[in-house]
Amino acid sequence: MLENRKWVIIGVFCIVGLLYLARLFYLQVLDDTYSLGASKNSIKRVIEIPYRGQIYDRNNKLLVDNTPVYDLYVTPKQARISDTLAFCQLMNLTKSDFDSIMGLAKNYSLVKPSLFMRRLSKEDFARIQDALVDFRGFKPMISSVRSYPGHTLANALGYISEISRKKLDEQEYPYYRQGDYIGQNGLEEQYEEQLRGRRGVKFIMQNVHGVNKGSWKDGAFDTLAVAGKNLITGIDSDLQRFADSLMQHKVGAIVAVDPSTGEILASVSAPTYDPSLLSTRVFSKNYRELIKNPYKPLINRPIMASYRPGSTFKLIQALVAQQDGTLLPQTVYGHAGSPMRCHCRGGNDLRGAIGNSCNPYFYQVFRKMLYNNAEKNTFKASAVGLAKWHERVEKFGIGQRLGVDLPSELRGNLPDVPYYDKMYHGANRWKFSYVSSLSIGEGELLISPLKLVNLAASIANRGWFITPHYIKGFGKPGENVPAEYLERHDTGVERQYFLPVIDGMRRAVLSGSAKSANIYGIDMCGKTGTSQNAKYGHKFDHSIFVGFAPMNDPKIAVVAFVENAGWGGDVAAPIAALVAERFIKGKTDSKHLAARLMAASYLPPIAGVPAPRKAVPMKKDTTRYLDTTRIPTPKAIAPKPLMTANQRQSTPMAGAGGI
Amino acid sequence: MARRNDPFAQPIDWLTLLLYLGCVTIGWLNVYAAVYSPEDQTSLFDMSTNAGKQLMWIGTTVILIICILVVNHTFFDTFAFVFYGVMIAMLLLVLVAGANINGSRSWIKFGGFQLQPAEFAKMATALALAKYLDIPGVSLNKQKDLLYIGAIIVLPCILILASNETGSTLVFASFVIMLYREGLPGWIPAIGIAAVALLILALIFSKLYIFIGIVVLIGIVILLMPRYNRTINNLLSMGIVAIVMMVYVAGVDFFVNDVLQKHQRNRIKVLVDPTIDPLGVGWNVTQAKIAIGSGRLYGKGFLEGTQTKLDFVPEQSTDFIFCTIGEEHGFLGSFVIIALFVGLLTRIVILAEKQRTKFARVYGYCVAGIIFFHLMINIGMTIGLMPVIGIPLPFFSYGGSSLWSFSILLFIFLKLDSRRSSLMRR
Repeated sequence: MLENRKWVIIGVFCIVGLLYLARLFYLQVLDDTYSLGASKNSIKRVIEIPYRGQIYDRNNKLLVDNTPVYDLYVTPKQARISDTLAFCQLMNLTKSDFDSIMGLAKNYSLVKPSLFMRRLSKEDFARIQDALVDFRGFKPMISSVRSYPGHTLANALGYISEISRKKLDEQEYPYYRQGDYIGQNGLEEQYEEQLRGRRGVKFIMQNVHGVNKGSWKDGAFDTLAVAGKNLITGIDSDLQRFADSLMQHKVGAIVAVDPSTGEILASVSAPTYDPSLLSTRVFSKNYRELIKNPYKPLINRPIMASYRPGSTFKLIQALVAQQDGTLLPQTVYGHAGSPMRCHCRGGNDLRGAIGNSCNPYFYQVFRKMLYNNAEKNTFKASAVGLAKWHERVEKFGIGQRLGVDLPSELRGNLPDVPYYDKMYHGANRWKFSYVSSLSIGEGELLISPLKLVNLAASIANRGWFITPHYIKGFGKPGENVPAEYLERHDTGVERQYFLPVIDGMRRAVLSGSAKSANIYGIDMCGKTGTSQNAKYGHKFDHSIFVGFAPMNDPKIAVVAFVENAGWGGDVAAPIAALVAERFIKGKTDSKHLAARLMAASYLPPIAGVPAPRKAVPMKKDTTRYLDTTRIPTPKAIAPKPLMTANQRQSTPMAGAGGI
Repeated sequence: MARRNDPFAQPIDWLTLLLYLGCVTIGWLNVYAAVYSPEDQTSLFDMSTNAGKQLMWIGTTVILIICILVVNHTFFDTFAFVFYGVMIAMLLLVLVAGANINGSRSWIKFGGFQLQPAEFAKMATALALAKYLDIPGVSLNKQKDLLYIGAIIVLPCILILASNETGSTLVFASFVIMLYREGLPGWIPAIGIAAVALLILALIFSKLYIFIGIVVLIGIVILLMPRYNRTINNLLSMGIVAIVMMVYVAGVDFFVNDVLQKHQRNRIKVLVDPTIDPLGVGWNVTQAKIAIGSGRLYGKGFLEGTQTKLDFVPEQSTDFIFCTIGEEHGFLGSFVIIALFVGLLTRIVILAEKQRTKFARVYGYCVAGIIFFHLMINIGMTIGLMPVIGIPLPFFSYGGSSLWSFSILLFIFLKLDSRRSSLMRR
């Protein structure tokens, strides 16, 4: 009888075996919560965001800093609030706000911390810090936002904001995650990789509820965060703020570079905005307002605006024509034979023509240049000549991206043979007379302030330039500067041909069209320009001036564009001269002039729109204490739409406009 | 006569031997897989790794097996009590002079090697039990004999418990299988199973619900009784049963919460709720389940497991070796292993039944019971059906002591069995 008990025993073995197999089948085949994904829940990668690099100016003054802010987190399960009303008062919340935030937090998780309040300033936090002791379950986490002690250079600096969906999808290596902050525009975007540093990763053990239970394997696999490098720029923040204040109530741009190094000393885009607007809690609201502003403060005009260079282009014409061999310094042209009008009496040599900005003179120069070849047919000769001209002018960086260290630089336009062939529907259907307005920088030419200042730097250097750039170094001046910002570019024009041009520029300032730029003691050389705008339906032309100083040992090349301000000599020339003076002397002697220009307004008023934010005036600038009541205020300017950036005119224009 | 004395002439049960070799080989490969890391690709034969050492243990085991097969079969019969005595002495020695490893004083160290006498206690106890039951006239129906048998089992239990090896102690419960075969009344294991079931219920539900459940159950039983059976005596005894059960549940509650040490309590509680101790015992169970579960149907492939490699699973080459199999070979691998074991156990039971001597039969059932118990607890804990009790998976887990003890256990039986075969042929 007992022998039969073996069947019971074997039965037990088999039942247990089958039971286990069933369980295994469930675990391994039916239930997929235990497959690999589940294990990821037990070890969490926690990202440590490093300190973003600061941005300094050339004199070691802070332009961009990090300010600690506090994000307040709440863990609903631990939260004990005895007096909700008092708490709401403390936090400056309404009861319904409080309820909705807590509701969201509870919805997310009872045991994991949720964001309760974002970006509390140090002051706000200090106020609630003591009281927080009474309210359990609230935990502050420190993070940082960008702050801008300089309150300037907003357009060139850019800002940081949450990464966009598009960028998130496009990144080559999956570094960024949803919700990460990334540099947008300006230097923040250009030098994102260096500024951001390297993120650290910590592996933290979490239980099934996602509650942290200490580091995994004592941190054997953790990597430390590496703080971002500090960016030193070539900006002179004193000069920058002075230039800002000169561009109050105006639309336009100022760019100043050190010709010997290509470092940008100041770059003003007017009107501008306070960069700290885009680092607050209300980023999107402020951004929306800026983008809706009709003066377009978000456009970085030094690199993104395109203007016709006007008479300033005569400098290039003089240089390439000499190199071409079709112009000698002593060549004299009169006004006869040119359809262009002029304000001078004619009969100038090259120096005089530049000094007086003679339109017919450069009409003849350009004409001779285009026809200086073996082709008999004027149509064919024009094409051959223009191709050669294009090749020479291109070397100055016109019509292409210079390669400044900012994203979104625009190309501008330097028309070439195919361009006109397309415009006139075929080859050999146009000749010099069709394109003659190029001779004085009008027509299809489009140029940005940066390219023009680069021209001034090339002339100051007598033949070469270094691509303008903001960076002066990472960590220390001169360190980790990209090689392209150390390399000299040759303009292809010999040094000897620059000398008469420089003479002419000096003459323009001393006695010619740019007399208003003649400030004592800086030996300014320059050239005015008036970008045709009035003839396209606006009331006033754009005022342009480009120059460098001092003449014999150039320290600064500067360009000023003031939209709707009339002739180049009126506004742009004195502004540029004041900037040069400020940099060379370190102070402003011509205070009266400066005060008048600061007060002058060339803003086209637009109905129903609040005035754009003014540039922050300089502190301790003596010009502010001048009696400005005696200075005559400029006449009110009639409303009209703005000349917007990158607007192209496709009809060929010939005519007088240059001064 | 010469043939009978030639040990190798006596046929050994080849099927069992094959199953054994299968287990050991698969075990060895999985020990290699469990500690394998892609960064430093160690060889299967590298002596510095667990796999290399395991190979060495296998080699020594082969020598042991040959020794067992060579000696006369009467050796085990004759010296059964001597083995038992020596083992008791060793357990005592270990209590005095044992090396402390992982909180249990149960290891003897000599040179670079450690040996755990508790592993061999099972084998010696099995021999002693077989020897005792073999004595003519001994019957499980006699209280005196039951007492002696109980004493033989309990004595090593106490000593092992004293050295803080709860897991090995529990294995002695496996002798119930043998005792049941030898005539232990069925109600004794039934009470045991009921006790375990109530224990688990007591852990899951509150006392009150269980009390109500017991009352309802007894009520139903009484209602289902034929009317003529509802005598005062029967009703009274039913009442007593109910009260005993309630007292037991209350006692369990008290025992678990007030008597057991925290880590022991957690091991039991974690069975019910793995989140109770997520970084301690619950961690093991959760990670073991994740590792096995992530193997899916076909597994990740040999040496491709991630959960075991990244040390998510603790003790992955010893107690949790089954995780490696589950992860790398999936459900099919698990199926093969369980089939292998059930086959081996069934084969041992069938062989035991064929034995002519009571000694060999009792011993055979002991072997089957011990292996079965290990298997049930070890695999059960990795898949969350059993509490985490640190006992090895026979023939698979890394470690010399366990491989030796299980091999000796099995091959003594095979030796006894080969004797049976030669007896038959004669």
